[in-house]
Amino acid sequence: MNLNILMYLIPSLIMFGCGVYGFITRKNMIAIMISLELMLNAVDINFVVFNRFLFPGQMEGMFFTLFAIAIAAAETALALAIIINVFRAMRNVDITDINRLKF
Amino acid sequence: MNYSQFLMMPQELGLLLVFALVFIYDTFMPSRSQRFLPCFTAILFAIYTALSFVPCVVTGMAFSGMFETTAATWVMKNILNVGVLLVLLQAAKWSNGEFVSVRRGEFYELLLLTLLGMFIMISARHFLLFVIGLETASLPIAALAAFEKNHYESREAAAKYVFTAIFSSAIFLLGISFVYGLTGTLYFNDIAPRVLGAPSALLITALAFVIAGVGFKLSLVPFHLWTADVYQGAPTAVTSYLSVISKGAAAFSFLIILVQVFGAAYQAVWQWMLYALIILTITVGNLFAIRQRNLKRFLAFSSISQAGYVMLGIIAANVLGMTSMIYYVLVYIFSNLAAFGVIAAIERATGRVTMDDYNGLFKTNPWLSFTMMLAMFSLGGIPPFAGFFSKFFIFVGACKTGSVAIYVLVLIALINTIISLYYYLLVVKAMFIRQDECVIPTIKSHWSERLGMIVSVAGIVLIGLVSCIYVALNTASQESAQIFMLID
Repeated sequence: MNLNILMYLIPSLIMFGCGVYGFITRKNMIAIMISLELMLNAVDINFVVFNRFLFPGQMEGMFFTLFAIAIAAAETALALAIIINVFRAMRNVDITDINRLKF
Repeated sequence: MNYSQFLMMPQELGLLLVFALVFIYDTFMPSRSQRFLPCFTAILFAIYTALSFVPCVVTGMAFSGMFETTAATWVMKNILNVGVLLVLLQAAKWSNGEFVSVRRGEFYELLLLTLLGMFIMISARHFLLFVIGLETASLPIAALAAFEKNHYESREAAAKYVFTAIFSSAIFLLGISFVYGLTGTLYFNDIAPRVLGAPSALLITALAFVIAGVGFKLSLVPFHLWTADVYQGAPTAVTSYLSVISKGAAAFSFLIILVQVFGAAYQAVWQWMLYALIILTITVGNLFAIRQRNLKRFLAFSSISQAGYVMLGIIAANVLGMTSMIYYVLVYIFSNLAAFGVIAAIERATGRVTMDDYNGLFKTNPWLSFTMMLAMFSLGGIPPFAGFFSKFFIFVGACKTGSVAIYVLVLIALINTIISLYYYLLVVKAMFIRQDECVIPTIKSHWSERLGMIVSVAGIVLIGLVSCIYVALNTASQESAQIFMLID
């Protein structure tokens, strides 16, 4: 079976869209974090697929993905630390409850 | 590998050395000498800032074109250094406070690391290096916003900042992935020749994603919603850092990306995108600033609208625009840091930050109110002060393009300047004219805070009048004018 580039790109874009949807609609901060991870990983897939199918002679996209994974891990660690910090104050991780700063 | 390439990055290496020394001091010095850490950092950073002004910089490309030092990047980094020095002076007393002093080393280390990230952003000529710089510049700020762990607002601000920062960088990365898919390279110099010809719809989408991603960092208007909350909740030292330094660095690298990567075939496209963003940013920022009572929130909206003026230098896309943008950032650093210096001093002493608390401040603290008044005049653009000249040059730079649409844009910006005078003068009115029975008592500010404010005020008064500063910036921009080669 011959897979063409769209069979990778469309799932990755759907994944990105799911991430954006989840980021906007979810109320739980951990779920928001998962949505953000979906978005970042969709971008990684994009880079790998472009590199593999369109520019097989070079490795730039693969290297970018490696760095992007490391950056995403750092972001997740920081965000989880901040979520724990909020949890200590609020005793839950619902974003509808952190609404004291507004307008 | 050719190690002489490292000569191209003297400022980054110097900053890394300062960071290492601060880290060693924080880790190994006995606890009784820890309270001198802020002083130590400020002196070390002052020496480094003075040294980096020595004009023996080697310009050119390093690391096979990933990193570039030009006269303009050198000037921009020096301006950021001066701003960070002022922030360090203002934060010195606060960071020895009761709840903060346990972690004060982390504050300085994270601050210096974010500055390193911004330097990399400014000099990067490859998207991988740029993204690393962008993340190094934005992630530690989330940790800094959460710095006052015992304050609820600080936690909320950090949560809001970290989610929007990750979301915006994901959008930015998606944009870059399309650029890569369409051109097969991530080098700024190599992308431009490959996107010539008729604009492709996919690349316009990618351009929109890139603008949205950087727009979050710059808090341009549809992407500004995090700004006011984070500015209000974060500690004042962090807020002042976030509002001037990180904004200046993002604006400069935004110019580089738009002109160097998308300049050739897409200039018309991104100019129209920016056109809409500038009108929205200036107007919405002004209108929301009018109704703010909390001064940190007020300055957040004022900084949103100032970001719109900075964008006027980018939309011009010529050497004059670049000069006036760097000049605007320089003036904005001094004006905003003078205002934040006063707010920080009063908040540290009394914990009061709303505009009504400032009623009758002139009676008890004449010098603080005087500094605040000069800062407000400069931000509003009243003639003898530097803010007037920076606005003037940025309008001239935009008008140099000669298109009617830009003239209309400058007119809208001018009208907004008048609106902004109203709310800047509200603060002055509260301090000088209004009376109150519970006035803030006379405050003894720390010598470091006073030094920071004196330098800021000197900057506000002198930068506009000492014309050789503008000439020096202009020479630097002329020398690095080759980024505009693709446009005309």
